[in-house]
This record gives sequence, structure tokens and C-alpha cells, in this order.
Amino acid sequence: MAVALKRSLAVLVKSLGGPKWWQQASRSVSISASLSRVESPPARADATFKVTMLPGDGVGPELMTAVKDVFKAGDVPVEFDEFHLSEVQNMASEDKLEELLSSMKNNKVAIKGKIHTPMEFKGELASYEMRLRRKLDLFANVVHVNSLPGYSTRHNNLDLVIIREQTEGEYSSLEHESVPGVIECLKIITRAKSRRIAKFAFDYATKKGRNKVTAVHKANIMKLGDGLFLQCCAEVAQLYPKIKYENIIIDNCCMQLVQNPYQFDVLVMPNLYGNIIDNLAAGLVGGAGVVPGESYSAEYAVFETGARHPFAQAVGRNIANPTAMLLSAANMLRHLNLEYHSHMVSDAVKRVIKQGKVRTGDLGGYATSDEFTQAVIANLAV
Amino acid sequence: ESLSTPSNTPETTRGMVQDPTQFDVLVMPNLYGDILSDLCAGLIGGLGVTPSGNIGANGVAIFESVHGTAPDIAGLDLANPTALLLSGVMMLRHMGLHDHAHKIQKACFDTIREKKVLTKDLGGNSKCSEFTADICRRVQDLD
Repeated sequence: MAVALKRSLAVLVKSLGGPKWWQQASRSVSISASLSRVESPPARADATFKVTMLPGDGVGPELMTAVKDVFKAGDVPVEFDEFHLSEVQNMASEDKLEELLSSMKNNKVAIKGKIHTPMEFKGELASYEMRLRRKLDLFANVVHVNSLPGYSTRHNNLDLVIIREQTEGEYSSLEHESVPGVIECLKIITRAKSRRIAKFAFDYATKKGRNKVTAVHKANIMKLGDGLFLQCCAEVAQLYPKIKYENIIIDNCCMQLVQNPYQFDVLVMPNLYGNIIDNLAAGLVGGAGVVPGESYSAEYAVFETGARHPFAQAVGRNIANPTAMLLSAANMLRHLNLEYHSHMVSDAVKRVIKQGKVRTGDLGGYATSDEFTQAVIANLAV
Repeated sequence: ESLSTPSNTPETTRGMVQDPTQFDVLVMPNLYGDILSDLCAGLIGGLGVTPSGNIGANGVAIFESVHGTAPDIAGLDLANPTALLLSGVMMLRHMGLHDHAHKIQKACFDTIREKKVLTKDLGGNSKCSEFTADICRRVQDLD
């Protein structure tokens, strides 16, 4: 950890753009991965990026179709390696997980829908979604909360980033019943992971030119657990004198977010609070259908929606909003350094929303997912 | 309108921000209650107007406002008594004194609706005693 800190600090001192090794690692390996496939010559002169795709449950497959359609129409140089892993559809097994993991190791970048966790206890406390996160060590979840121009909500022009530690905390899957009728659930907070997520948050803020990082906690009650988290954030904050550091208690944070969200910039927090705040913030700008998100480890980047919800009621009804997944796909293209294509996709989506003529049900319109996707394709910058 | 019924706390949080009218009574464990109660207080105007009660067995109960002690305005006759007053109304209902509870609640709501003697946090510049006097006057008029 100390070595990583020192290394990153050195890079930071050199170029205040922050450590680029997250991006470099994924891009260079995917180019070499595609170049090594000599049997099938690339369709274009430039390298085609290979990305792992995991449609997941609920409306995930429909949203992935939207992404594929838009990419095809926009001639985006990305090829998808599809995997179908699902607990509720009985398509989950250790082998499948291994296949998926080896694809990820090759491609380094993935786009995925949510793998639904069935509520019944099937003998394994950690869901597939959690296990995937842990095996790939996707410790940082980043959700971009941006108001959509043309879609008015109570608070407009929002621009927040929510960074959530997602491998420990309350979701450590450590529960036991020592006495019948009394369950103990262990919330794990470690110095190493707290430092790591704090550093990620400050590096992210530095790289994106943000001004403030606010740590969210409940250290007044969980004095040792959240207290440790807070202490780590404060320690890391000292390494970044240009970024303002504040902290706020989770319940007050929720209240402030609904009353005056403009006071926040980048927020960093442990697992459970992150899950709640992600969804709260999604609600502020239009719901689960419009907020993109991604998860990072030191080597991998997984792009998904911000508020993860399989939305099973909408399956097959063609009503899900592809916005979040398309914006996330655009973020993925930026991560792959395909700036031009990234802008092309995100601009098209934003243009359709701004025009207001074609909107899915969650934004108050009557369009189907297909109609929305077609509108986006029609608006791809040509 | 929300197309999906929330099935866990994060989804409920989102639903609460997008369309709180889909909910009626919510019951939950400790931490979620802490978070959600503050969130909902934010939706209706903040802790200065939110009442609360703690109910135990055998009718034992403590009613309280959940805002801070506001040391910066203490002793200056500036505080908004709404939260504590409405908590008192909750207490009266708990004790079965429904008529009194109804009168005081109506008086309080009417005063706020009229907007003539609001305390600073509600956008006016009246004193706490003036706000209270207005409510008292209305209670007496309702008798």
C-alpha cells in the first residue's frame, strides 16, 4: 500500500493530472489483445477494442441491444465478448464465473447490466454480483450525477460525483446466528481499503479538476468503524492541499442533498451509504434510467448504470430507458481514448432528451426503448 | 410516477426523492430509519418543522424535536418552535386528547399558511414569541 501511495504521489507531483495508470493499463492491454488475434484481420485500419459484455438480468439485455445498435450505427471500433451469468435465470455456476473472469483479464474493460440477487438465502451469503466485484477487486464505484439539459427536475444543473467503496463495509457478507432469533452482521472497515478509496477519490477529483471532496459517515455512532474511515480520509486529504476536504454525517447528507445539493462536489463513502446516496442522487436528476456509473479496480474498468436495478417489471415491455446505459457506454469509449466516438454517442443522447419529443415513460414520455434508441441513432453527429 | 415498486432501502430512497406520494407508512431498522427520516424531513422543509416521538412498551413515550440545540440563536427569541410544538401535538394524540391536538395543529398550520408572522428560518422576520402568540390567538378563536 505504501509503495503504491509513493508511486502515485510521484506521478502526481510530476503531472497534476493524477495517476494515469488506470487508463494506460486497460488501453494498452486491449490493443495488444486484439492485435494478437491474427486469425481474423481487423475490420478497420485502426485497432478494434474488445470489451467484455455481461447483459445480466431484467432489462439488462434490452439495454445492451441498444448499446450495440448505437455502436453499429456510429461505426464505433468496439467488439463485444458476451457472457450470460444470472442467478435468477439459473445460468450461474463457478465455470461461467471463471470464463467471465478470464475474458475480463484479457480485455480489461467491460460493460454490464445488473446480476439480480434473489432475496432468498440459497446457502451462499455473497451474491454473484458481490463475488464478481471481489474477484476483480472493483473497489471503487463512481456515479456521475449530471442534470440532463432539457429535462427539468427540482434541482437543475447538478454536477456531482459519488464515489463508493464497494468491497467491504456492511456488504462483507459476514452474518451469523449465534442464538436463535438473534443475528449478528459484521461491518468490516479496514485502514487499507479506506485509504485506498480516499486516495482514489482525491486522485479522481484532481484529475477531473474538481474542488472539494466530502466524506460521508456515521462516525458519531460507529466510532471505531466509520471513525477509522474518516481518519483515513483526513490523512489522505493532507496529501492534496489544493482540494478542499469536508465531512458530513449520512443522515444530514441525505437531507442536504434534497434541500441544497449544490453544496456538494465529490462525495466519498463506504459501501452502504454509497448504495443509498447513489440512488438518492439518481432520483434527484431523473431516476435510475438516466445516471451512468462505473466500477474500477487497479486493472479493470466496468461500465454500468449508476443506480443498479434490474427493473424486472419492465422486461419484454420495451419501456426501459436506455439513457443511463448509453451514457455509460460513452464514458467507456472515453476510457478507451475514443474521444470522438464518446462525444458522438453522448451528444446524440443529450440532443434527443433536450428536444423532448422522444422520451421513455420514466421521463414522462410515451416512447418505447426502441424508439428512443432509433432517435439517438438518427442524431449521431452526421 | 415510478414504474417499479422499491424493494430495498436504496430503491426506496430513490422513490422517495422522485415520488414520495407512493409511500404511506414505512417501517425499518435503526440505521435506515435514521437516514430516511432525515431525508424526508429535508423534503418537507427541514428539521425545524419535523416532529417525532419515541414509543416504548406500556404507553411510555418521549416526544421530541430532532433539530440541534442551535447555540448561535439560543436566548434571542429567534427559534422556530414548530417542530417541538407538533411533537407536543403527537403527544396529545398519544394521550388520547385528540380535540386539543387537532386545535393546536390547525392553529399552527394556519399561522404558517398565512405567512404573516414567520420566523427567520421560514423566510419571515418575526420573533418566536410573536409566532407563538399568533398560534395561541388562533387556538382561543377556535374554542
